[in-house]
Amino acid sequence: MTMDRPRLATVWLGGCSGCHMSFLDLDEWLIDLAGLVDVVYTPIADIKTYPEQVDVALVEGAVANEEHLHTIRLVRERTRLLVAFGDCAVTGNVTALRNPLGGAAGVLQAVYVDGVDLQGQVPAEPGIVPPLLDRVLPVHAVVPVDVYLPGCPPPAARIRAVLEQIIAGETPRLAGREMLKFG
Amino acid sequence: MASITLTINGTEISAVAGESILDAARSAGIAIPTLCHLEGLSEVGACRLCLVEIEGAAKLQPACVTPVAEGMRVRTDSEQLRAYRRMIVELLFAERNHVCSVCVANGHCELQDLAVEVGMDHVRYEYLSPACGVDISHPRFGIDHNRCVLCTRCVRVCDEVEGVHTWDVSGRGARSLVITDLNQPWGAAASCTACGKCVAACPTGAIFSRGATVGEMQHEPARIAAIVNARKERW
Repeated sequence: MTMDRPRLATVWLGGCSGCHMSFLDLDEWLIDLAGLVDVVYTPIADIKTYPEQVDVALVEGAVANEEHLHTIRLVRERTRLLVAFGDCAVTGNVTALRNPLGGAAGVLQAVYVDGVDLQGQVPAEPGIVPPLLDRVLPVHAVVPVDVYLPGCPPPAARIRAVLEQIIAGETPRLAGREMLKFG
Repeated sequence: MASITLTINGTEISAVAGESILDAARSAGIAIPTLCHLEGLSEVGACRLCLVEIEGAAKLQPACVTPVAEGMRVRTDSEQLRAYRRMIVELLFAERNHVCSVCVANGHCELQDLAVEVGMDHVRYEYLSPACGVDISHPRFGIDHNRCVLCTRCVRVCDEVEGVHTWDVSGRGARSLVITDLNQPWGAAASCTACGKCVAACPTGAIFSRGATVGEMQHEPARIAAIVNARKERW
């Protein structure tokens, strides 16, 4: 079944935005894509709230703080097909490197107090800076994920292949080195 | 040497008496995934990736340590085996901190290749995220235990080919660690000859040449078989 102009969102959780940069690496195909989908939410455009009835969401980044947790639950509720977009979303990757250091307090201590030379202190701005979760989680550990699109970042050709299948109404099944290699 | 006939995946093949199912299969061009196996070293059957189905056997058998037998009927690739192999690879990823994107062996790693081969698109198990150490006390080499899969190829190559046995394994289960000498820092391990065979043999980014950065560590596992074959007659 071909979708009638799918409503596409891209979401940025705990990641470096490299996956979104790779998305922009689609270059002139982005113009074709703009003709095929409605982009209804993305950090690249200035849209403040995640809309209802999204067909496809590419979610970059791991779930690392309270804001991510809130966002990903909302995204799941309002999205038909959720794509874990890149290694941080799929495995935790670099964002999860802090997990062996212990919970949020241990990590903040290691970085902001033990790791500095002078006057180390843990920053605290309640209501402004979202509190860290004790453990960084891959997206599928929090909400069900429909498609896994690995890579750090996923190469543009891989992103395009997945989007083309989705637009054609198929659920992508990734196999082989070109489509599935982590890192 | 006596010749034996067996059937693998419905195809009759001949093998040499005493050789393993793995060797017989590979000679016949049938691929079986492995991780702890390295040509030139003894077999330990530790990683379980080469498990195969043998008709009449109640349990799956590791192909690397199971000898061929006349009339044996082996299946190397079934729905069940594929499911177990993917499970094994996922468990390896979940047990330590394998972060391909920042690893010296990115692009040249047997674990990463296996993940592609078994079709691992994510890990279904909870990551254990253990705090594993990194030892760069050796002037030329380093070991990052976060990336170690406990295949013991370093232990065996050091013992069997270099004849030194600097490496061994301490602890039990998931808490096992490869160690140098009596669990001293590698740089203080007096028995190490710095030959680099463990660096050549390591399948992941665990053992590396110092100074290598992301993606730069290319191991040379085939060097071990070359050394063993070259010295066979004199050793």
